[in-house]
Amino acid sequence: MSFWEYANPRRFMGLSDRLMPPLFLLSGICLAVGLIWGFFFTPDDFRQGSTVKIIYLHVPSAMMAINVWIMMLVTSLVWLIRRHHVSVLAAKAAAPIGITMTLMALFTGAIWGQPMWGTFWAWDPRLTSFLILFLFYLGYVALWSAIEDPDTAADLTSILCLVGSVFALLSRYAVNFWNQGLHQGASLSLDAEENISDVFWFPLLVCITGFVLLFVALVLLRTRTEIRSRRLHAISLRERAA
Amino acid sequence: MIRLLTRDLRLAIRAGGGFGLAVAFFLIVSILVPFGVGPDRATLAPVAAGILWVGALLACLLSLDRIFATDHEDGSLELLATSPVPLEALVAVKALAHWLTTGLPLTLAAPLFGVFLSLPPSGMPWLIASLAIGTPALSMIGAFGAALTVGLKRGGLLLSILVLPLYVPTLIFGADTVRRGIEDLGPMTPLTLLAGITLGAIALLPFAGAGVLRVNLR
Repeated sequence: MSFWEYANPRRFMGLSDRLMPPLFLLSGICLAVGLIWGFFFTPDDFRQGSTVKIIYLHVPSAMMAINVWIMMLVTSLVWLIRRHHVSVLAAKAAAPIGITMTLMALFTGAIWGQPMWGTFWAWDPRLTSFLILFLFYLGYVALWSAIEDPDTAADLTSILCLVGSVFALLSRYAVNFWNQGLHQGASLSLDAEENISDVFWFPLLVCITGFVLLFVALVLLRTRTEIRSRRLHAISLRERAA
Repeated sequence: MIRLLTRDLRLAIRAGGGFGLAVAFFLIVSILVPFGVGPDRATLAPVAAGILWVGALLACLLSLDRIFATDHEDGSLELLATSPVPLEALVAVKALAHWLTTGLPLTLAAPLFGVFLSLPPSGMPWLIASLAIGTPALSMIGAFGAALTVGLKRGGLLLSILVLPLYVPTLIFGADTVRRGIEDLGPMTPLTLLAGITLGAIALLPFAGAGVLRVNLR
């Protein structure tokens, strides 16, 4: 069994059919446990009060916003190199989820920023690079929907994703250069001496796991929808020809 | 290739080619901004560098869809693609022609508009240097975007959505060069980074542009 076998849509459908229910169930359990634990059974921070609890939505969605783009980059590369059809459909399916995650990170950050920083928005490097990431997602989705021929669209969006990744990385460091940050540094690094306290860390970990599982399940679901709509399209073409 | 360049230049200079379009747009921006924010030197001077750079970027964006779209419509793009000139060179030459008709006139006209916006004299050489070094990157990135959207009926809006985030690093380093030049804070750092972006774009983007052109002409 290898990854390449799932270039065959039927095999992919078979596998994802079996995988999806447990994935949705697990992610639901993780999110429910993590969020309830985080919102109701953790102490308030001594300086931030209860606003600290938005971390359980903000941090996982921000992490996913970046990771979804990386996943799209990998699947686009797989498409360009091996013409793996399911791979590029997965990239297409993941993009709107990435947009949602980016928006969620921006919104929860704004809600937290108003009482803490005294402003909804600041031109801080992290915030700005997320806004730019949002624009990249928007362009990617817009290009997909603008082109009719699916293979042309797949090729063009994959190359856009490649070029966009380089420029997204460039922008990430360019905005650091451009303005000093208001956002705190990384609070989850494995090698840092001062991280967030374990009381907040464990529910957060559960939430992150839940978000990852939810993302995988949603991508599978959306990829299946894409494959089905392709099949429908093929059937209707065949009927019109007959 | 030289013949292709002269052909593009001639097409751009003749009526309707949009040679003056970029400069005219730049002129409009630098005349309208003082009306908008007020004629006071103290308010204009600090934002002059940024406005000039944003104006240059938008003026460049305005003429992007002409790079490939007109050639695609009348079919000459297919002919060019079947000619012995490699597609990568075609993209590079097209970007060069675009730069010669937008970036270069903008760079030459920028000091004049800098005076309009009361840019401090100490920033003037940095403005010219940053525009001269940065606008080739704008043209090259734009040529990639134009190649990406060439097959679409109304690709104009999509083109600007796609290209805008790609322009961010160039804009940041370009405007920062002028700002640091005025305050004498070591403008060479952003200027060299800007040059790095331009060189990287010229080295790599012709291949990406040729790749998407091949897909679009398939």
